Amino acid sequence: MSELLLELADDELILGWRNSEWTGIAPFLEEDVAFSSIAQNEIGHARALYELAARDLGTTADELAFDRRPGEYRCSALVELRLVHDWARTIARHVLYEEADEARIAALKEADDPEVAGLAAKIDREEAYHRMHARMWHDRLQHEPRYVEALAELRPLVGEPGEHGAEFAELWEEMTMVRRSIPGATW
Amino acid sequence: MVERVLAALAEIPDPEIPVISVVDLGVVRNVELDGERVHVEFTPTFLGCPAQEAMRSAMEEKIRGLGLEPDVEVVLDDSWSTDRITPAGRAQLRASGFSPPAPRGAAAPTLVQLQSAVFRCPYCGSSETRLDNIFGPTPCRSIRYCLNCRQPFEQFKTI
Repeated sequence: MSELLLELADDELILGWRNSEWTGIAPFLEEDVAFSSIAQNEIGHARALYELAARDLGTTADELAFDRRPGEYRCSALVELRLVHDWARTIARHVLYEEADEARIAALKEADDPEVAGLAAKIDREEAYHRMHARMWHDRLQHEPRYVEALAELRPLVGEPGEHGAEFAELWEEMTMVRRSIPGATW
Repeated sequence: MVERVLAALAEIPDPEIPVISVVDLGVVRNVELDGERVHVEFTPTFLGCPAQEAMRSAMEEKIRGLGLEPDVEVVLDDSWSTDRITPAGRAQLRASGFSPPAPRGAAAPTLVQLQSAVFRCPYCGSSETRLDNIFGPTPCRSIRYCLNCRQPFEQFKTI
């Protein structure tokens, strides 16, 4: 179970970071707010999932989030991509991710472990708003050739293990920089 | 004594929406006393809300202020919903320009519901309002616009 939780937590953390790259530069103000808020939610979900996984693994949420080497993260190829400056692909990823995430969370809600099932249900309440946002953009762009191409291009990456290449390493450097700057800090 | 603890906790404002207390927000699920030790079950609102830490330390401080030892447990189950906000809390939200959350149905709210005009403007009471953004300045809020008094306002999301 902790492996499944880590997979989901890593996806939410990395996608949260990727979504936050739009803060301040989205096509219009409403989307600055939306992508920033979605990013905040995803990182909040990651934290709660890491805390649950950390109990089983005898570690802490921060250690799981920031002290692993890039190759140890279990996030999918879909969330790793740096898509900032490409709105069509950003929305395609958003739509594909929320669709896959809905099924994954629905399965976790049925987990035997009441803590896992409870947290999944709590996450799902918030995800409902992400799904609405994704659906709204899908309806708006569904006949745009760039968006249709992006969907076809990114669909095979759903659930596909990430490659953790140079683009991911760059994100990892940025994401863990503050924590690495003062080893052992408890903040 | 439990009443005294609850009364002390009711003095803690939500750090981001200070018009409502953490008790009226419905995040204090249970308070139990065991000698000098006070066990509080705290059910946070949105998981990414930074107010979570502030609320927890404020609760601990209040309990210490009563000469008791705090034991605040963060419970991340599914028990908090905007339906837990008390009627007093809803009135306080409305009075300060936040439209309180609509009651939650059996299923999650839908975009069609959000786009409908049943949400009332907290300023003029008109239900002629439209959704401007599903997301707002904090995870718990959406942005709406009142077509009657031409005022944008914040709508507490239903979760």
